[in-house]
Amino acid sequence: MSVLVFVGLYLIGDPTSMLVSPEATEIERQALRKALGLDQSIWVQYLTFLGNAAQGDFGRSFLTGQPALQLIIERMPATVELVIVAMTFSVLVGVPLGILAGLRPKAPSSKAIMTGSILGFSLPNFWIGLMLIMLFAVYLGVLPASARGETVNIGPVALSILTIDGWQHLALPALTLGLAKAALMIRVTRAATREVLPMDYIKFARAKGLRPSRILNVHLLKNILIPIITVAGLEFGQAIAFAVVTESVFSWPGMGKLLIDSIITLDRPVVVAYLIMMVFFLVILNLVVDILYMTIDPSAREKVRD
Amino acid sequence: MNFVKTRLAASAAFLLVGALSLSAADLKIGVKSEPSSLDPQFHVLVPNMQVTFAMFDPLVMMDPKLVPKPALAENWKATSDTVWEFALRKDAKFSDGSPLTADDVVFTFDRIPKVPNSPTAFTLFTRQIAKVEAADAHTVRITTKQPYPLLVTDIANLPILSKAAASGPAPEGKTTVEFNRGEGLVGTGPFKFVSWQKGADLILERNPNYWGKPAAWDKVIYRPMTNPAARAAALLSGDIDMMEDPPTTDLEQFKTNPKLSVAEAPGTRIVYIALDQKGEPSPGIPGQGNKNPLMDKRVREALSLSIDRKAIAERVMGGVAVATGDLLPEPMFGAVKARQAAPVVDTAKAKALLAEAGYPNGFQITLGTPNGRYVNDARVAQTIAAMWTRAGVKAEVAAAAPPVFFKSRDNFEYSAYLAAWGNSTGEMSTTLRSLVGTREPSKGSGTSNGGRYSNPELDALLDKASATMDDKARKELLQKADEMVLSDYGIIPVHFEVPVWALRKGLTYAARADQYTLPQDVASAK
Repeated sequence: MSVLVFVGLYLIGDPTSMLVSPEATEIERQALRKALGLDQSIWVQYLTFLGNAAQGDFGRSFLTGQPALQLIIERMPATVELVIVAMTFSVLVGVPLGILAGLRPKAPSSKAIMTGSILGFSLPNFWIGLMLIMLFAVYLGVLPASARGETVNIGPVALSILTIDGWQHLALPALTLGLAKAALMIRVTRAATREVLPMDYIKFARAKGLRPSRILNVHLLKNILIPIITVAGLEFGQAIAFAVVTESVFSWPGMGKLLIDSIITLDRPVVVAYLIMMVFFLVILNLVVDILYMTIDPSAREKVRD
Repeated sequence: MNFVKTRLAASAAFLLVGALSLSAADLKIGVKSEPSSLDPQFHVLVPNMQVTFAMFDPLVMMDPKLVPKPALAENWKATSDTVWEFALRKDAKFSDGSPLTADDVVFTFDRIPKVPNSPTAFTLFTRQIAKVEAADAHTVRITTKQPYPLLVTDIANLPILSKAAASGPAPEGKTTVEFNRGEGLVGTGPFKFVSWQKGADLILERNPNYWGKPAAWDKVIYRPMTNPAARAAALLSGDIDMMEDPPTTDLEQFKTNPKLSVAEAPGTRIVYIALDQKGEPSPGIPGQGNKNPLMDKRVREALSLSIDRKAIAERVMGGVAVATGDLLPEPMFGAVKARQAAPVVDTAKAKALLAEAGYPNGFQITLGTPNGRYVNDARVAQTIAAMWTRAGVKAEVAAAAPPVFFKSRDNFEYSAYLAAWGNSTGEMSTTLRSLVGTREPSKGSGTSNGGRYSNPELDALLDKASATMDDKARKELLQKADEMVLSDYGIIPVHFEVPVWALRKGLTYAARADQYTLPQDVASAK
């Protein structure tokens, strides 16, 4: 994958033409190419990169001269915070609505929920963002339209979810990101509910005369959790790695914005380091999801034991 | 009871709004992009320079119209063709209270070539300087390698650091990384550094030791907002007080909005069309055998005549462009008055010229353009292509992402391309040398001359001008050179981009031609 990114960015163009002031002469450009190692052939550049990467050094950003990894890690808390809030919102809203729609599929309320969910994931993200800004920031003037609020440092990590100002700034971007995810959660939950409801054990539980709330919370919920966790996990990873659109609409200082800015300026070390980090992250996330399966689903544990 | 409730609700709402809006003396600016570093000598780039000049002063500062004005140097004179003396202000102090001396200036110039990994080094402005020394505590003597009239405009780009604060164990003193953390950011400017979180707010506050008129703002916040729609929304909602580059489509609405005001500067960024004049054949003109029609001056004139510059400035650019026939606007050094007005479009004459040149049926041509580098670049190119087609030259547009465009341009893959050139010196020689000077990498001329126009007479004129110390004589030489290129249609100017800012009502900005957003030039009208 690193080869792909490397060669891809190499083919697009010469980063020096984006970095150097147009007033600079060819001598200065050449000096910069040399300083950045761009005068070497692509394969030499790639092998140098591999050698350094094996020692944990992903190179320095062409633009700022800072280590690429450090740039990404600095931006990480903002994105993680945003995505966690957005995902929590989408699960808290999406799952109950989905169950509701699944229990009584013919009721008008269920139809309304499903129509709403279609809107939720078919409307483009940036449009929702801009509409929310128009409504809450420009028209009502109750929430700020951009940037991150006040942060509190917990060790090296700056968090904004510990301040009121932080929450005010977080509300709109998290809602924008969360709405589409919530729509997806509704659909997944509904489908799973519909699948589980006609099962024998539900019928049996009913016949036993168990309270509906117990059937819902124990028999139904536990069984639909697997697809929900799968989808939520995937979506979480997706959002962490590529919350680009929401971040740029709200000027949220996260990693997605860093990625897009770096691609535009052909800042290869940052792009490569970013994608490699995301691959690691997604692999770990999948592992976590698998472990969750096992704690929830006894049959999965059985399979491992066999 | 009811009354109390309303009062409570009202005060709660007030508190909420109050927490979000700003106290009177804070200024929040939505900028297009953040600086790549806070090191004042790391990267020659507008986002960096504008932040630097809020905290640091140069010896000589360009005013909003790009005329050099005294800053830390009270006055200066050339004592011989190559030696200059700058007398420093005696009342200038750094933000830590220590006085400015000639040693600080010497240290500053000394550090420039030592900064490593710079994407565009500040040596750009010091390459003609042989020696900088302190004649006494408040006089700096600069010796140039040869007679160099542009020294003053060059050093206007060099902010003066504090020797005491910016020294360190590394060869360059405080390193770029240390500057990014805020260490060593001690300047004589109207503001001083408070904090910077990359990707988020950069905060400055008033410098109590400033030698000039104290700044109007207690606190200044630069917030990077790349998305223009997001900047506009933030301004409308009162989240920020000022934004760079409002979207051209919203500009009319902004101008009539009672809550906003708009500031425009004279533009110096010229949008132009370069034509391949290297020789035969040209890659984007098929079906002409070994001939390159663009070698014929009549063809180039026809292409220029068929462009309706006024229509482009008004309709495509939404009024934030000035149609022109020159490469620099009039009050600036070397501009030609008679060339300022845009040539009137004359399609019939263009057709006649083409027929005269032997192309009664025109020819095909591809017009290259970046998409997203300059304001509405691809749309302007499409309009020009349509105008050329109307005159008989069937033009197609090849729009590409900026990095791809520059790569193709540098490989000479375009027969014609649209690009822009920002002049930060207010002086014609840099423009001419880069855009139409014969390509000669070792001499640093023709750097952006992708059309490879070459005119030995012009090169000779430019060489002569750059060694002429007398302003009046130099101006005449530059005007002559400018006229020579333009009457030869070596390059086709289209319009000047006008830098625009939008502010909340009650604020005014002394809009700068170099596109810097400087908080000290923002005032609240009372």
